[in-house]
Amino acid sequence: MTLQHFMNEAISPWMREEGPDSDIVLSSRIRLARNLADSKFPIIADVKDLEEIRDFFKKEYEHATFQDLDEFEFFPIKELSSVEKRVLVEKHLISPLLAKNADAAATMISKDEQVSVMINEEDHIRMQLYFPGLQLSKALTKAFEFDDWLEEKINYAFDETRGFLTSCPTNVGTGMRASVMMHLPALALTKQINRMMPAINQFGLVVRGIYGEGSEAVGNLFQISNQITLGKTEEDIIEDLESVVKQLIEHERKARTRLMEQSSTKLEDRIFRSLGVLKYSRIIESKEAASCLSNVRLGIDLEIIKNISRNILNELMVLTQPGFLQHYAKKTLSANERDVLRATLIRERLLLEEK
Amino acid sequence: MQCQECQKRQATLHFTQVINGNKTEVQLCEVCAKEKGYMSYPEDGYSLHNLLTGLFNFDSSQMKTPQGSQFQQVKELQCSKCNMTFSEFKRVGKFGCAECYHTFATHLDPIFRRVHSGNSKHHGKIPKRKGGDLHLKKQVETYKQELQNLIVNEAFEEAATVRDKIKDLEKQIQNKEAGDNQ
Repeated sequence: MTLQHFMNEAISPWMREEGPDSDIVLSSRIRLARNLADSKFPIIADVKDLEEIRDFFKKEYEHATFQDLDEFEFFPIKELSSVEKRVLVEKHLISPLLAKNADAAATMISKDEQVSVMINEEDHIRMQLYFPGLQLSKALTKAFEFDDWLEEKINYAFDETRGFLTSCPTNVGTGMRASVMMHLPALALTKQINRMMPAINQFGLVVRGIYGEGSEAVGNLFQISNQITLGKTEEDIIEDLESVVKQLIEHERKARTRLMEQSSTKLEDRIFRSLGVLKYSRIIESKEAASCLSNVRLGIDLEIIKNISRNILNELMVLTQPGFLQHYAKKTLSANERDVLRATLIRERLLLEEK
Repeated sequence: MQCQECQKRQATLHFTQVINGNKTEVQLCEVCAKEKGYMSYPEDGYSLHNLLTGLFNFDSSQMKTPQGSQFQQVKELQCSKCNMTFSEFKRVGKFGCAECYHTFATHLDPIFRRVHSGNSKHHGKIPKRKGGDLHLKKQVETYKQELQNLIVNEAFEEAATVRDKIKDLEKQIQNKEAGDNQ
């Protein structure tokens, strides 16, 4: 089965490339919500109509290629096992909501995992594009081109005054959610991030954990995205987001330098202890793993730790999620069993780096 | 502080219960609070949508009584395409179809303004194919503004070129519309 391709690696192929500021910004994402003009939105539509939409996508886009991206694979959600769904969620290729909408929901994902389209989620179409590092405008250009490509065959619900019509009033207009995933260990350690949040919110931006709405910032990873979708152009929204992200990068770098200057031994101790835990522990909870991984990644960025690749954070953060662990074990695991397997996988992965 | 239930996780929630006048207080972590039924949220926790539906209920249009119809029952707005009523929309916080936007049009401005920091009109992308001559119309608007600026600055030569561009575009739009009507 072709899904195997997406299940084997925790890290998406595009993540292997370094983007601008990728010591702090892990990825940039553009998500566009679109609906079909003549069909009821998924929350209220008949399953039969939604199935028609799903089948249309399969017919038109399965194995299709767009620009330089790899071909699209198509998966109806109801044909996936719960572990498979979970892995796709953990890799951010589909949303938890899509995984729940079993009936007529589907996803199409380019093999390089740079683009994924969710079909019959809250809106008929939600497309998302990923780029490594801080590359919002590049991502937007590509997203627009991809959007035009889909529009060639699809009649979008669009209104001159309201823009792209979405099921939820919070997405209307541009239908765009631009987000940037940042690793901010120094700002978190010095508790500066808490003070910065209200200011960020004033720009119409929100800060969340990596698994979306309501999720905690595990591993000092923060997702910053626009809240407002109506009344501003996509370019302006991105510009605002980028300017805030750039300031955060600057503050994070300053905080790192200050930590190095003022308490380098303490910092080194913290980093190496974390590395020790990851290297030698036999049982580890996901929260502890995440915080150790964050420290180790900081150590790599500050060149305190050498010979370990930066990608280790992104990779192990995903690899040690419950879905992935169970996919790896090929069976359901209790929380305790997961903690044991997590520790084993991390140890093995780190040994691989040392070779 | 530790969670009183599991004794493991940090207590992040504080509950005060009054039963028959007896006040008890408990400190719990989120997991135990959910398990013990202290929190009756839907599965996803308290999401943005719960907040939103809260906002909609302050819709000012509800406060107004229609003139002279104080005793007459007001017929509720209902979308002809998906049968969503306005009160249903306010309850779930989601539109049922594209048509709902027209059906509820008169009530939407305050809602959009509240959600999108005072904005209620789209200024972003126009779909390439479906947008049709909307692109041209927007371009004419931009040129017209440019023309005004040029005239104010007495740059008449440039103004003339811009004026010609506007004429060209308007001709294109007219031709297109004529074509569409055939």
